[in-house]
Amino acid sequence: MAIRTRMSGNEALAEAIRQINPDVMPAFPITPSTEIPQFVSTMIANGQIDTEFIPVESEHSSMSAAIGASAAGARTLTATSSAGLAYMWEVVYVAASSRLPIVMDVVNRGLTGPLNINAEHSDSMGARDSGWIQIYAENNQEAYDNMLQAYRIAEHPDVHLPVMICQDGFITSHAVESISLLEDEPVKKFVGTYEPEHFLLKENEPMAVGPYAVSNYCMEAKKAQAEAMIRSKQVILDVAKEFAEMSGRTYGFYEGYQLEDADYVVVAIGSVCGTAKDAIDQLRAKGMKAGLMKVRVFRPFPGEEFAEALRNCKAVAIMDRAESYSGQGGPLGAELMAAMYRAKVQAEAVNIMYGLSGRDVRVEDIEKVFADLQDMAENGKTFAQYPYLGLRE
Amino acid sequence: MELRASEINESTRWQDLTEGLKIYEPATSRQFETGEWRTQTPVLDHEKCKQCLLCVPYCPDSCIPVKDGKRLEFDLDHCKGCGICVKACPFGAITLVEGKIGIENRHQDSVTCGDTSCQEKEGK
Repeated sequence: MAIRTRMSGNEALAEAIRQINPDVMPAFPITPSTEIPQFVSTMIANGQIDTEFIPVESEHSSMSAAIGASAAGARTLTATSSAGLAYMWEVVYVAASSRLPIVMDVVNRGLTGPLNINAEHSDSMGARDSGWIQIYAENNQEAYDNMLQAYRIAEHPDVHLPVMICQDGFITSHAVESISLLEDEPVKKFVGTYEPEHFLLKENEPMAVGPYAVSNYCMEAKKAQAEAMIRSKQVILDVAKEFAEMSGRTYGFYEGYQLEDADYVVVAIGSVCGTAKDAIDQLRAKGMKAGLMKVRVFRPFPGEEFAEALRNCKAVAIMDRAESYSGQGGPLGAELMAAMYRAKVQAEAVNIMYGLSGRDVRVEDIEKVFADLQDMAENGKTFAQYPYLGLRE
Repeated sequence: MELRASEINESTRWQDLTEGLKIYEPATSRQFETGEWRTQTPVLDHEKCKQCLLCVPYCPDSCIPVKDGKRLEFDLDHCKGCGICVKACPFGAITLVEGKIGIENRHQDSVTCGDTSCQEKEGK
C-alpha cells in the first residue's frame, strides 16, 4: 500500500534514507542540504536507524571519510550543496576512480559568487566530469524514488561507481508537496543488503585502495572507469524497470511530456520542468505542439537517446541553470548540441540560461521561450549567442 | 578472477587491470623497486659504524635490514637515496655518493620491471 502524505524534498530523502538504513554517513552541514544530516541524526537518536554518523570538520573530510568507509565495506552516504561540494573537489574524483559505490545527496545551490544560497546547478555541473553518475529530480517524489534506486545502480557489479542524487535547492528541498511513499518492507527488499566482494575489513584478504599509478597504467584505469560509466546506462534502465514494477512509477534517462508529436521542445533539468509542463498544457490548449524533454540522467550522458527523442521536432530550447562562462552557453547546451550534431538531428536549437542563483521562472517565461522557438522555425528569427531568460536589459 | 600484482605489467590490457587498480594481496611494494628513483647512494663505513642501529628506525623505506642485533648492508632495491640515515648517524659512518650505485644492471625502461624474462635474469 502506498502511503500518501506531504513532505519537503529533504524530508523525502530522509525518509528514503530511513528505509535504506545505510551503514555510515559522514556529513558537514551546508544550506540547503543541512536538513538531510540533521534528520538522519534525529533518526539515529530516536533509534529508528543504526547508521554510524560521523560529524566531520569539513566537506573535504566528509568525502574522505565516505571513501574510507566505503572502501572498508560499508554502504556509505553523504549530502552536500554548493561550496561544500566544491570543498570536496579533490576527493570527489578519488571516490569515482577507486570505484566506490558511495551515494551523495546533492541539493543544488549555486557556487559563489556572487554570494548566494539559492537553486542553481553550477555545483553538480561543476562535478560533471568527476566520474560520478548524476540523476536529477523534478520534485520531492522523484528525489525519493531516485534515492531508492541509487545504491542498486552504484553497487551493481557492472558499475561500481558513486552516484549523485540531485534536487533543486529550496524549490524542491524545502517546499512541501504531496508525495506517495512506499512501505518499508518492499523498499528494503528492493534495495537489498550490500555484499561487496572486496573490502578493507575482509578477513584474510589484505587489500590496497587507491595506489599510485604511473603513466603506464593510468590511461588503462581511466578507460576501464569510462566503460563502467557506459555500462551503467543499461543498469539505470534495468533498476528503473524493477522499481516501476514495485512502485508503478516509470523512470528512464528522460521524461517526455507531450514530446512524441512536439514541434517545439524545451529541454531542461529539475524543478523548472513542472513550470514547463504547465506552460505546455496552456499552449497545447491553444493548438501549439509544445513538448518537454526533462533530463533525469546527466551522467552518463545518454546523447544518442536524447538526440533521437528530438529528431522530429522543428526547434529546441536547451535550458541551462549553470553558467560555463565559455561564451557558448551552458553544460547541457554544449553536450546536447554535440549529440544532436553527431546524430544529424536537423532541428534548430538555442541554448538558454535561466533561473541562475534562484531567479524565479514563471509559466509566462516558458511560454515566451516556446513563442521564440516558433518564431525561429517559422520566420527564421535568429538569437544572440545564448540568451538569459528574464534578464533586465 | 583478478590478476595478482605480480601478473600486472606494462602489457596488461585495460580489460584485465583490477577495478580501480585495487590490489588484493599484501606486501606488493617489495615488487616495486623504488631504488630506481635514486640519484645518490648511501655507503656504510664499517670502521666507523658502532651498530647503534639509530639509522634503522629513521629510514622511511625500511631499507636497513637487521639480523642478530646488527645492521646489514642497505637494501638498494628500495633505497631512494633520501639521505636521512646520513643525518641520523651520530658517528658519520654513512656518506652519500653520487649515482645509482648497486642497481646499474637493472632494467632501465621502467619504474616497476614487469618483464618476466628480466625478473628471471635477476633471479627473482
